Amino acid sequence: MQLTVWTYEGPPHVGAMRVATGMERLHYVLHAPQGDTYADLLFTMIERRNQRPPVTYTTFQARDLGQDTAELFRHTAIEAYERFKPQALLVGSSCTAELIQDDPGGLSQTLGLPVPAIPLELPSYSRKENWGASETFYQLVRSLAGNAEARPADEAASRRPRCNLLGPTALGFRHRDDIQEITQLLDSLGIDVHVTAPMGSTPADIARLGEADFNVVLYPEIAQTAAKWLERTFKQPYTRVIPIGVGATREFIQEVAGIAQVDPGPALENAQSRLPWYSRSVDSNYLTGKRVFIFGDATHAVAAARVATEEFGFKVVGLGTYSREFAREVREAAKLYDVTPLITDDYLEVEAQVAELQPELVLGTQMERHISKRLGVGCAVISAPVHVQDFPARYAPQMGFGGANVLFDTWVHPLMMGLEEHLLGMFREDFEFHAEAAPSHLGGTGTTERRVAAAPAEVQPEAVTTDAAPEPAQDGEPVWSADAEKELRKIPFFVRGKARRNTERFAKEKGLHEISIDTLYDAKAHFGR
Amino acid sequence: MTVPVQPSSSAGPEQTVDFNIIRERGPHAVFCGLTSIIWLHRKIQDAFFLVVGSRTCAHLMQSAAGVMIFAEPRFGTALIEERDLAGLADANEELDRVVARLLERRPDIRMLFLVGSCPSEVIKLDLERAASRLSQQHMPQVRVLNYTGSGIETTFTQGEDTCLAALVPELPRETDADPASLLVVGSLADIVEDQFTRLFAEMGIHDVRYLPARRSDQLPAVGPNTRYILAQPFLNEAARALEGLGATRLSAPFPLGVEGTTGWLRAAADAFGVDPALFDKVTAPGIERARRGLSHIAEELKGKRIFLFPDSQLEIPLARFLHREAGMELVEVGTPYLHRQHLAEELAMLPKDTCLSEGQHLDKQLDRCREAHPDVVVCGLGLANPLEAEGMTTKWSIELVFTPIQGYDQAADLAELFARPLMRRAKLRV
Repeated sequence: MQLTVWTYEGPPHVGAMRVATGMERLHYVLHAPQGDTYADLLFTMIERRNQRPPVTYTTFQARDLGQDTAELFRHTAIEAYERFKPQALLVGSSCTAELIQDDPGGLSQTLGLPVPAIPLELPSYSRKENWGASETFYQLVRSLAGNAEARPADEAASRRPRCNLLGPTALGFRHRDDIQEITQLLDSLGIDVHVTAPMGSTPADIARLGEADFNVVLYPEIAQTAAKWLERTFKQPYTRVIPIGVGATREFIQEVAGIAQVDPGPALENAQSRLPWYSRSVDSNYLTGKRVFIFGDATHAVAAARVATEEFGFKVVGLGTYSREFAREVREAAKLYDVTPLITDDYLEVEAQVAELQPELVLGTQMERHISKRLGVGCAVISAPVHVQDFPARYAPQMGFGGANVLFDTWVHPLMMGLEEHLLGMFREDFEFHAEAAPSHLGGTGTTERRVAAAPAEVQPEAVTTDAAPEPAQDGEPVWSADAEKELRKIPFFVRGKARRNTERFAKEKGLHEISIDTLYDAKAHFGR
Repeated sequence: MTVPVQPSSSAGPEQTVDFNIIRERGPHAVFCGLTSIIWLHRKIQDAFFLVVGSRTCAHLMQSAAGVMIFAEPRFGTALIEERDLAGLADANEELDRVVARLLERRPDIRMLFLVGSCPSEVIKLDLERAASRLSQQHMPQVRVLNYTGSGIETTFTQGEDTCLAALVPELPRETDADPASLLVVGSLADIVEDQFTRLFAEMGIHDVRYLPARRSDQLPAVGPNTRYILAQPFLNEAARALEGLGATRLSAPFPLGVEGTTGWLRAAADAFGVDPALFDKVTAPGIERARRGLSHIAEELKGKRIFLFPDSQLEIPLARFLHREAGMELVEVGTPYLHRQHLAEELAMLPKDTCLSEGQHLDKQLDRCREAHPDVVVCGLGLANPLEAEGMTTKWSIELVFTPIQGYDQAADLAELFARPLMRRAKLRV
């Protein structure tokens, strides 16, 4: 048993729902009690979908358990088919139905439906949402694309090369806009997108996947298993580079051009991204070496670490993921930045590490956004799990050159601007540019109160302690002199916690009992920045 | 199907009302009882709710109401894992470990609820025994109770019912010798509770207690001289448990709108022998303010047709209010469960030809709704945007359990919840 408050991923059947809801003419019959219907609101509220997810729940109750829940499933499946007339059905169990072992997969084969019924085995007590989405997509592809004819050998010469775009689902982080960006990019290379799946495809489209020349895998967490199967079955190569950031997009163009045997030159020359110049322009100097903590699904976290380092000049101080299935990729990446990878789905562990590392910026999920709010650190969201805010009205891809522009704006936004940072350093008791001031473009002075109210004990802002007398020493803990404490207050809040910590550590190492102003500056010199 | 409904007090013993009730089974779109933790954990300020369940339960809790605004919520999930199911780990030992870790982290907790879920019910994990074992370990610091919020047994607000029923055996006992007291049962917003306390005090009823109490060390005492009145219509089990301790229920409508609030207050006043003239004097200012507030909004609602999907069990009192005080026409009034006795006063005030439905077949109900094309649809979060996209105007029902809506001074707010979507639709030109 594991204690959890918030979870990064839902259960695996929610992953199956993300696949089904992204698709058309597909229906999912889920053997589940009534409470599981909450999952509909993920799609209709968070993503603002204008249709109900294509899911029918059997909604069995306690009184059914002694009777025939299997019959309830059969009846519901037939009724759902009659009403929705899908091209294919997905059938499976949620966590509770898994325990009563009615075998919806087996039952569905006896219903005599005129369309394929694809059984899903999604173990709820050991697997999670992304795995469920991946397995569902794989089963769909295997069941529906498997019978396709091999591509005619001579047909390819007479047309443009074509690929499938694999991985986007409902409730994905910016999948909607990534598809558009990458489709345009491929078009500029002279490559057609044959089928985009699961998002926007029908079961009939899935059956045509084998007709493409190769596959572009946008989200390996969801599409890698299916892509591997397609590679084995249809000899379709698939792409490995995830086009997030300018450098990776350029590599992606090279990779695709190599597979499709087209000239990458024009697409590379026409690259329309402002990120390189914005990042080189002198006003971005202040971004240099900003300490950034990164957490998300493996794909987005690894990509963000590269972009942060190579294209923003940040320093990665922490990197982690909740995707255990892709832990290896994150471990590899962590070596590049000389950090210890954090592989966990316990948000309390993530919070503890953010508090410990004192980054200046967090790139994470909605979960990290909350952690950052509590700790008074700026945060930009780079990965699912998503929130209604992650479906902006404007076009805001993460991938391709357009996506790189979005990254530049989004990641810089939470930070104090360069000149403002200097003003804070210069005029520490100014009424406007004082030490507690929040970035002026984020408005208001609310930040301070919020931090006081919500920060955990170990990073309590100094506001709480300054008015009190210096605390008595506990077992050789150094004590702050009043002068030094006052000097510490002049350091802007976003680096003050680190300064306090470093100074105390320094004093302890030197065996000092009292921290004076000199100790503070000695520690600064010792640790550098 | 026709069901005779017998109002238990005010409307006279011989009068029965026959309703046409659609009873359906099939796919649902409702929350399970776990969802009620979202308001219960704010109401009982030193309690922690530990769901013993699956990742689905945890995911529901964080998705259902966008509750992530609470920095450190007083609820969580003990996730049953494969090894617990395979018997590799003794689920009870695991639970003890999780509870110990939790209580260590949260020394402020005085009452811990182990909340049963669908998976814990199906594998027959005995949470009652676990609660009594853990209580022995952690008393007097923490009292451990259990109840079920599972979706195979409870729908949405019924989670509060089973929670309060679990609290009843813990209440201090009174005897015949203790004076009569009034117990208000069902979660109300603090501000509403305070308003009612003031009104009762003005009538001379000073010993008014509330269940749930705001803190676990302030649990109300109960005995044979307790008169309890339900503030919420979904408290079947809790009522039965209170009666087991000798408490007597005061039949009343629910305190929604002017009529409901007056009827509710009057039931208590009559039981405590409050002089009718005093009652009128105390309630008059509230009635007057409520009518004034309602008069503006009722214009927006008058003659509009409303369809209520089953959700919180508040549907019947809401329909009564919207029809009688805001002039709305009732197309269909759905409820997950119809408790005839507790709702007798409410049903007596509904038009005889009201179409009621109990239970749900979602697709058939959606068919009826589309066919009727009402002006306002009250439904859950999963249905609201899709129906809006079809051109209907909707009101999310979950707001009705998160907003102070009871009492005189909230009557206009309640009406406004239904008027706002209509006004918005009329206003938008995009």
